[in-house]
Amino acid sequence: MMQFVVDGLINASLIALGAIGLSMTYNILRFANFAQGEILATGAYFALAVVVLIGAGAGALGPLAFGWPLLVAMVFAIVATSLVVLVVDWLLFRPLRSKNASRITLIMAAFGLSLIGRNVITLLVGGDPQYFSFYIPKAITVFGVKATPDEIAMFGITALAVFVLHLFLTRTTLGKSMRATAENPTLAQINGIDTRSVIRWTWIIGASLAAIAGTLQGHTIQLRPEMGFDLLLPMFAALIVGGGTSMYGVVAGALLIGLSEALAVGVGLSAYRLSIAFMVMLLVLLVRPQGLFGEKA
Amino acid sequence: MSVVLEVRDVVAGYSPTLPILNGVSLTVSAGEIVTILGPNGAGKSTLIKAIAGVVKITSGQASLLGENLVGLPTHEMVRTGLAYVPQTENVFAKLSVEENLEIGAFTNRHAYVRQRDHVFGLFADLARLRRLPAGKLSGGQRQMVAVGRALMADPKLLMLDEPSAGLSPKLAEVVFSQLRKICSAGITILIVEQNARAALRISDRGYILAEGQNRLDGDAGSLLDNPKVGELYLGAGSRLNK
Ligand SMILES: Nc1ncnc2c1ncn2[C@@H]1O[C@H](COP(=O)(O)OP(=O)(O)O)[C@@H](O)[C@H]1O
Ligand SMILES: [Mg+2]
Repeated sequence: MMQFVVDGLINASLIALGAIGLSMTYNILRFANFAQGEILATGAYFALAVVVLIGAGAGALGPLAFGWPLLVAMVFAIVATSLVVLVVDWLLFRPLRSKNASRITLIMAAFGLSLIGRNVITLLVGGDPQYFSFYIPKAITVFGVKATPDEIAMFGITALAVFVLHLFLTRTTLGKSMRATAENPTLAQINGIDTRSVIRWTWIIGASLAAIAGTLQGHTIQLRPEMGFDLLLPMFAALIVGGGTSMYGVVAGALLIGLSEALAVGVGLSAYRLSIAFMVMLLVLLVRPQGLFGEKA
Repeated sequence: MSVVLEVRDVVAGYSPTLPILNGVSLTVSAGEIVTILGPNGAGKSTLIKAIAGVVKITSGQASLLGENLVGLPTHEMVRTGLAYVPQTENVFAKLSVEENLEIGAFTNRHAYVRQRDHVFGLFADLARLRRLPAGKLSGGQRQMVAVGRALMADPKLLMLDEPSAGLSPKLAEVVFSQLRKICSAGITILIVEQNARAALRISDRGYILAEGQNRLDGDAGSLLDNPKVGELYLGAGSRLNK
């Protein structure tokens, strides 16, 4: 009955983790990063590498199908994905920025990067779906809905990541300097903020959340080279419906899109899940053109 | 008196082929308030931006307390003792008043509390409004946040671009009198103003720019009495008497 809520929340978790990175590049670097999906997939495959090395079954944690190997894999994925993304920024986006490239140029570069990224992943690991393990999830019943402990943990990890990011942005000097840079980069520089360092942290945070999403998706669903690319439209939808500027808007947008998709599946319209999510997005924008958390123009 | 800011024959602009400033020079000494006047489009804002490194200086010299400013990235200007309040968009609207001050103290974090209390002493309203986003404040209050933010780094030179723009004469008077106070606390001040009379009244000296070049300079009293000053303004459609 309310099963779609569980599926929706799981779906929303992945969308939110990916879309926060999208919103950070959008607000600080000022372009839509079409390669965000491949960043997520890169994280997932880095995690897979660790799981393959250690063995997923080793050291189970309580009722969870995953054990500490998956947590190690996630940490490794965060570090490795961040490094890859920093190198890509240095090689591709930094030169474009220093030439004052237009938004369109940056978007096209990201689009190309997305294509190359997917091809490189396919070349390295093949196009077939892969799995961390072949566990049979044992569902438990909470408030009348069925969920596996792993799904609940996944939602918990997402909530924790969003909460930590909230504390970072509102309590730390670096977080505040990132919000300042997003609003007015020149004024930030006038105050002594080195925006190059802010840009590096933007990539690191976005890549880390995407790597978490990739690891979780790899664990609960499967890994495919297109796993992130397939999430790109829902991520953009969450960003737009959320208003584009605030992290809380992105999270609200992800919940809306994730739940609408799951509802569509729940009523037997799974072929139209994305269309239905987009219709919900359009409806919200008709009522609130600035998005859920956006400011009036 | 020791020189704080020295600008020599500065050429600068928004594109290399079209300089806006064509060899501007000025000097500001310790403890002075100096005002830059001139008709709209004279290049006053551009000059102040060039000093702050926001607009690129293509030739000429600029130095603060003997340290070269030309080619220095904007974010390193604070360290030399320079603070700059832009004409527009000079606060972080989405950040609270207090967060704006924290950003102002980005390079001076250990002195945050002392500086903040100093700013609250100058602009008592801000203490009451500290948790509000700066974007929700009135024009006058925002201007106080902007000036307060600039003071957080404990600068040697404070540059303000039209601090009274958009304020009622009464509020402008408050801002100007606080600038006097800030100056007597040991901070040298360089102001760009349209409101020539009010600005010259609190200033020691003034420079008049037109078409990206120096036109006139002298001490504030002599500029106020100089008929040519009015002429320069009237010629460009601005008024000195308001
Ligand atoms: N961001 C900009 N890009 C290009 N040209 C500009 C920019 N800002 C100002 N200008 C030009 O530079 C000239 C001087 O402007 P400005 O320094 O703002 O004058 P003032 O502050 O004295 O009114 C004007 O001709 C203006 O059109
Ligand atoms: Mg101006």
